[in-house]
Formats: sequence, structure tokens, C-alpha cells
Amino acid sequence: MKKIVFGNTAKFTRRKFIVGSAAAAGGGLALGFNPFGAIGEAAAQAANGGAELGIWVVVKPDSSCVIRIARSEMGQGTLTGLAQLVAEELGCDWKKVTTEGLTPNRNLAAKRVWGNMSTGGSQGIRQSQDYGRRGGAVARMMLLQAAADQWKVLVGELTVASGVITHAASKRSTTYGKVAAAAAKLTPPDPKTIKLKEPKDWTIAGKPMKRLDTADKLNGSKVYAIDVKLPGMLHAAIKASPVFGGKLKSVDEAKIASMPGVKKVVKVSDNAVAVVADTWWRAKTALDALPIVWDEGEGAKASDKTIAEHLKSGLAATETNGERIHGDAKAAIAGAAKKVSATYSTPFLSHACMEVGNCTVKLSDGKAEAWLPTQNLEASLAGLSTASGLPLAQCEIHRHDLGGGFGRRGGTQDYIHQAVAIAKAMPAGTPVKMIWSREEDQAHDFFRPISICEMSAGLDAQGNMVGFQMRLSGQSINAQLNPAGIVRGKDMRQLQGYYEAPGDAQLGYTVPNLLLEYAMRNTHVPVGPWRGVNTNQNGLYMECFIEEVARAAGKDSLEFRRSMMSKHPKHLAVLNAAAEKGNWGKPLPPGVHRGIAQFMGYGSYSAATAEVSVSPQGKLKVHRMVLALNCGHAVNPSQIAAQVEGSVAYGLGATLYGEMRVENGRMVDLNFDTYEILKLAEFPKVETVIVPTHDFWGGVGEPTICVVAPAVLNAIFAATGKPVRTLPIKDQKLTAA
Amino acid sequence: MPKLNINGRIRDVQVEPDTPLLWAIREQVGLTGTKYGCGVAQCGACSVHINGELQRSCSMRVSDVKPSDKIVTIEGLSRNSSHPVQKAWLAVDVPQCGYCQSGQIMAAVSLLKKNPKPTDKDIDEAMTNICRCGTYQRVREAVHMAAGNGNGTRARSADRASRRS
Ligand code: FES
Ligand code: FES
Repeated sequence: MKKIVFGNTAKFTRRKFIVGSAAAAGGGLALGFNPFGAIGEAAAQAANGGAELGIWVVVKPDSSCVIRIARSEMGQGTLTGLAQLVAEELGCDWKKVTTEGLTPNRNLAAKRVWGNMSTGGSQGIRQSQDYGRRGGAVARMMLLQAAADQWKVLVGELTVASGVITHAASKRSTTYGKVAAAAAKLTPPDPKTIKLKEPKDWTIAGKPMKRLDTADKLNGSKVYAIDVKLPGMLHAAIKASPVFGGKLKSVDEAKIASMPGVKKVVKVSDNAVAVVADTWWRAKTALDALPIVWDEGEGAKASDKTIAEHLKSGLAATETNGERIHGDAKAAIAGAAKKVSATYSTPFLSHACMEVGNCTVKLSDGKAEAWLPTQNLEASLAGLSTASGLPLAQCEIHRHDLGGGFGRRGGTQDYIHQAVAIAKAMPAGTPVKMIWSREEDQAHDFFRPISICEMSAGLDAQGNMVGFQMRLSGQSINAQLNPAGIVRGKDMRQLQGYYEAPGDAQLGYTVPNLLLEYAMRNTHVPVGPWRGVNTNQNGLYMECFIEEVARAAGKDSLEFRRSMMSKHPKHLAVLNAAAEKGNWGKPLPPGVHRGIAQFMGYGSYSAATAEVSVSPQGKLKVHRMVLALNCGHAVNPSQIAAQVEGSVAYGLGATLYGEMRVENGRMVDLNFDTYEILKLAEFPKVETVIVPTHDFWGGVGEPTICVVAPAVLNAIFAATGKPVRTLPIKDQKLTAA
Repeated sequence: MPKLNINGRIRDVQVEPDTPLLWAIREQVGLTGTKYGCGVAQCGACSVHINGELQRSCSMRVSDVKPSDKIVTIEGLSRNSSHPVQKAWLAVDVPQCGYCQSGQIMAAVSLLKKNPKPTDKDIDEAMTNICRCGTYQRVREAVHMAAGNGNGTRARSADRASRRS
């Protein structure tokens, strides 16, 4: 029988299993039940003979500790950060920590004791740090209690360091490994009653630990979903209607029937066709040779030009879909001493994860299994259930780290539906791996929404901004993926970064007369979250225009911003940090110019400076960027720097090259020859300045991307004397001033 | 039936001669460390060495390779990840998602073989692999480290990430 030592039995909140975002593109599941019926509280099994202490930690006899990870790892380093936080409270030897990835099936069977597995919105650490740390503390308390019981001393007399428990008075010590088995017999304390360590006392968290998941990325042994091998597995290549909304009319199967390795041509839903063969290359070769007739539908009439017209209509619309209003901006601007206005725009972008879309499915007697890269394991489970028609308990998702995610692989489980449809067409028990070619991956993304933005500002005689007006017109992510997020026609998500409310994405300026409006203009192109969702476009619009206004006011870019930020000390502190490290106001080599920007998203404050030059031939070079970030607590400074560097690569690449053009209703840029990606030679020297204030938990993966483009564009403005208002830069002629 | 010499072993591959070497390596030989990224020689994820030369295997046909040509993939680079480039990659903590890293490492090994002390400019020119996660700064640093150029010409990102409270 378990002995209750801490007065409280573990009680975990019964959360409903709701996979909200899957309900949109994934074909819909919102479940509020326990599909397995009544199951005991502790459905988790101990791993490999270790002792399970609470739900997050397993301790082995050699004192090595296995820390369980619920969130997906796609390169962002969450796995290591979460392990650090748990290990910190656990008090174990960091060198003996390994991790175990949880599956959604285990989570569901245990009534979701491990919480939400969704990994997006830069929430992996900030939304799990509290229960993760408590989980580590639970295990520590059990281990200490076991030692105290053994020595018959008070638990309060014990100390622990690196997994060694010491009773100083009697000069005794033991290890976690030695007391783990006894500890596992105790009932875990109530996590909610535990007092966590102060971050200033951290020794594992807050330190630049090496990642725990590097070794198998160096020798080819890491198995991504695209690498899965199963006995008897077949391979599928797929093509969906290149025009969004188009339908499959007919295919001439006979033309490819005799091609090597071909097993079957499968119509997938009403809009795609797949070829199944013994290898993927043969499947793809046959698919490329397959005559396909599409019913392209209305979408085929759309092009960049028609979409631009459509967006333009939003600038003049009287009805809007979200606004923020203070005072009377129109009147203030009309009566201002000086008026500035400009229109900016940003294009559709694909995510272009290095691992292309893929999904392996095996359907056998009453069971469905899938292997895929996913940022939301639970949405994948729900998607597998919907697509296969089998209850959740008969579905299984195999967990793989992702070769990139960037927002592409969240709730939208389009690939799982396709892969299930293909597997259904094959004999039961045959695993089929569907891989999208790069071209298919580029053609069928949930793209970064397109938008244009018209802004005007009024300056008084002293050059103070007395009025600011913005009209944003563009596509809505909620309209595509989460209609419930649009309340009475208002979709405030598209105004991310311009909010008045603090905490998440607050505008850092105070303007006496402010009018920010969003006009929804949807197109037939599917859109979705893209690293730095909405804030990367909105940051660019605001910060580039503020630069124009500062220049019109004849003021220094930094001082002009500062003058509007006294009510936003955190925004200001980060701006100051970037300015200081970026040597704002100090001389630069001839021909090199600086830009600056600040913005907030994902609960964190970001600012950047950029140093660029434009050659007499118009060639742009970004030399150096300094990015400052206040993410509240800095769990792993080295990985934060890695994410900041990553945001520069992603954001600067988009600034220079990123554009998904639409012609005849379909995407034009289907591979990296025209959808150019930033490479090493163009990567500037990036310096990360982390200025944590230790009073909140902010995100890391996304926040800094929103200042990358504006800092660079503002530096280009300084170099050329002309603002760049449309992205990408690649086709524009830059002329050094 | 075409024969390939991969990592010192002769392999029979049952494929059409115009099959890209990449897919023969991944699907016939079963070595999946070599990655598909673009299929059109743009990204470098599929990089291997053939007779010591860096090649993008997605854009070579199996018939372009003779049985006597020595192909080395990431799996054949060393035992126990002991190649100096792999060690430097570990020391600098280069990978994020890791998907592009086989190719990055193969490219770096090739660069250092030809040019044991590359400058930043040499690295710019040689390391043209795409990394969507943006590990470029650490790739550069790790190449310098593997070359024995001190700890790289730049300070470690981690050390630079100054923390103030
Ligand atoms: S897959 Fe060969 S270069 Fe991209
Ligand atoms: S590490 Fe993810 S693509 Fe390079």
C-alpha cells in the first residue's frame, strides 16, 4: 500500500480533450470526453525499470534521470529548456539527464496529466514551466523523504546537490539512484502546495547548457518521420489541384500502369491524386507522367493583380473588422502642422521547412497508426481518428522530432487526411509513406497572409506625433483556421502587436489620437501561422512608418521613439539595450548606415539595430545586427541566442527574397530556385542581448523576428534616403544616397 | 543491376539508371542520413562525397556513378562521430532541427580538406547549403573550430549573449 507522507494525494485537473484548431482545416474534432472510460489516476508506466516519481521524472538505480517531454521538438530547443527547468527543481546531476518524448496516446490514456502538447505561439516553455518545475520538485521531495525515512531523520535536515542527498549532522549521504525505488512507493505530494525555487538561485535553468538532442543529428542516425522504414512499406507521391479549391476531374491511369514499381493510382478526396509504388522515386516519376485533368474552378481567375485589387478595396472600406481608437486621429492629422502618409505591403510566404510534408499511415484490423512531423501531436491523433473513422483509442501517433515547423504543422492536419485516404485504398496492414515533393510542399502550404497597410500621421510644430491612423487590409488566419476567433465580425488577431492591453503584443507607443483599423480581405489562398504570426508584418508596417515620421519631424530615430514610450518602460528598456549594444549614434565606417526598431509579440519585448551598406551598383549588404530581447526569464541563453539568430535568417530571408506569387490561381514559386532562401554568406554578424526582468514568462522562438525586417529596412532608408515599402527587396533598385 | 560503392561496401541497387543517386541511397541502400530538401541542387541537404568531391546527390543519376567510384555519406564519415568537423559541431552546439546538418557537415569536411585554414570569405563561398532554422553563425564558428582557428574568429554566441538582471 502506498504511504501518504505529504498530506495530499496527487490530484490532477481533469482537462477536457479539446483540439480546437484541428476543427478547422483538419476536418473537425472537438472532444470533451475520456474515450477510454474510467482509468486510474496513474496510467503512466515507469520507463525501463526506473522508478517513477510523480509524472515527469523517472530515476534509475545509477541516479540517471529521465525527464518526460510533452511538447514537440522542431529545432527550437524546447526539449532542453524544459528538461533544465524540471532538473532544476529535481536537484539532479545535469550530466545524467535524458529525456523521453510522450505520445498523445499516453497522455490521453492518463487523462492528459501531461497537459497540452500543442507546440506553437512560442508557448512550449512559458505554458509548461510551472507544472514542469513542480513535477521536478515532486520527485525531489519524494527522494528526500525516502532518504529521511531510511535514516529516521527529519526531511528538513537533508540537503541535496547534483543527486546526492546529505544529512550533515550524521555525516551520511546517499544518492538519488539508491533511494529511488523506496521513493516510488510514496504518494507524490500535491504539486500545487510546493514552493518553487527563486530564479536567482537556479543552477541548471538559466544557464547556457548544451542541447540534449544533438548527437544523432551529426551522424545521420536521427530518424525523422520522412526516414521511417516499416516492413512491407509502400510509397506514395501526391499532387493536389494546383489551383486552390480546384477538383480532380480525371486521370489516365493506363498511361503509367506499366511503369516500374507502380502499384496503384489513388484519387484522394475530390482534389488530389496519388501514385503508390514500391519506392518514392518511382511513385513520383509515375505521378509526373500521369495525365491529369483538373477542374480548376473559380480560383483559376485569381492572380497577384486581382488579389492586390481586392486588398486595395479594404483601404477604402467603411466596414472594418477590428479597430483600436483613442481620441480623434482623423481630426488631429487634418489639423496637424505636417502630415506624413505611406502605403506598405507584404506578400504571401511559404514556410519551406527543410523536411517536406510527409506522413506514413498503417491501417490494420481496427487500428490506425501514423508517423509524421507535427507541432500538435494531439491534433494529429484527432485527425487520424477523423480520417480513419476509428475511435481515438484505436489510433496511435508515433512521435518524431520535426525537420522544421515554423507554424506549418500545428492544427492543420491536411497531410494526415491524405495519407489515410491513400492507405485506405491499399490492402489492410500495408504501411504507406506519403512524401510531398518540394514543389507540392510549396504549392500547398498555409501561407503567411498577404496584406497592405496605409498609414498617416500628423506632426505638430515641434515635431511631436499628435495623430496616427492605420488601415490594414488583408487576409485573416482566423477566417481560415479558427472562425470562432472572429467575434461579431471583429478579428483582433490581425492587429497583433498593436494592442492596448499589456502582456502579449502591446504597442509600445502612446499617441494622443490613434485609429488602427483592420479590413478583412480574404482570398482563395489558404493562410496560417508563420513564425512571428502577424507581428512580423505588423512590426514592419509600424516601425518603418514611424521611421518615416521621425525623419519628417527632423528627429533622431531613437529619440523620436523614446519620446512616445514613457508609459511603456519594458519596451523602452529593450530599445535602449539594442541602441546601446548597437552603438546607436556612434560613427560607422564610410558607407555603412544604421536602422533601429522595437516591437512586442508572444509575451516578449524585442528591439534591433541593423548596419547595412548599399554599393554604388545598388548591392545591399547587411553587416551586423544587434537584437535585444526581454523574455522575462531566460532559461537557456545559448538556445535563446540560437533562436534569435534563427529569426534573423527567417526574417531577413523573407525581407530580401520571400514572395509566393499567384498566377492563374496557383503558386508560381515552387522550389528554391525562385523562392530563394537566405544563405550563410548573407547572414550578418548577429549579437543577442538578453535583458530579462525576471517578472514574467515570455516566448522566445518568435518574438524577435518582428524587428528584423524593420531594422534592416530603416537602415536601407538611412543608406538610400528612400523608404522601401514593399517586400521583397530583390527586384527593387536601391540607390546609395 | 547498378552497383554502388557506399561507405566502403559494394551495394546492388535495383533501380532505373536515371534514378537520382539520393533516392538510391535512401531507398535502396537504406541510409537515410542523406536528406531530400529540394531535388534540384539548390539546398545541399543531399550532399555526399564521391571520390572525395562534394556532390549534391539529388542531381546525379545512378548511371553517372561507376562501381569503382567511392561514395561516402554522413554515416560513413567516421566511427562514433569522431571526425573533427562532427566534434566541432557538437562543441559549438550547431544544429537546431538538424535536418540540413548532414549536408552542412559533408560540405564543411570537403571545404577543410581543400582548404585547411579557410577565411570567412572562403566559408561564405563554400558553405552554400540552406538551413531554414538559421544555424549559419554557428556553422561558421564550427568550421573555424574544426580548422583549429582558435575558437573561431567570432566569439561564441552563447558567451556573447550577455545577461543582465
Ligand atoms: S536535395 Fe539535393 S540540393 Fe536539395
Ligand atoms: S538545422 Fe534545421 S534546417 Fe538547418
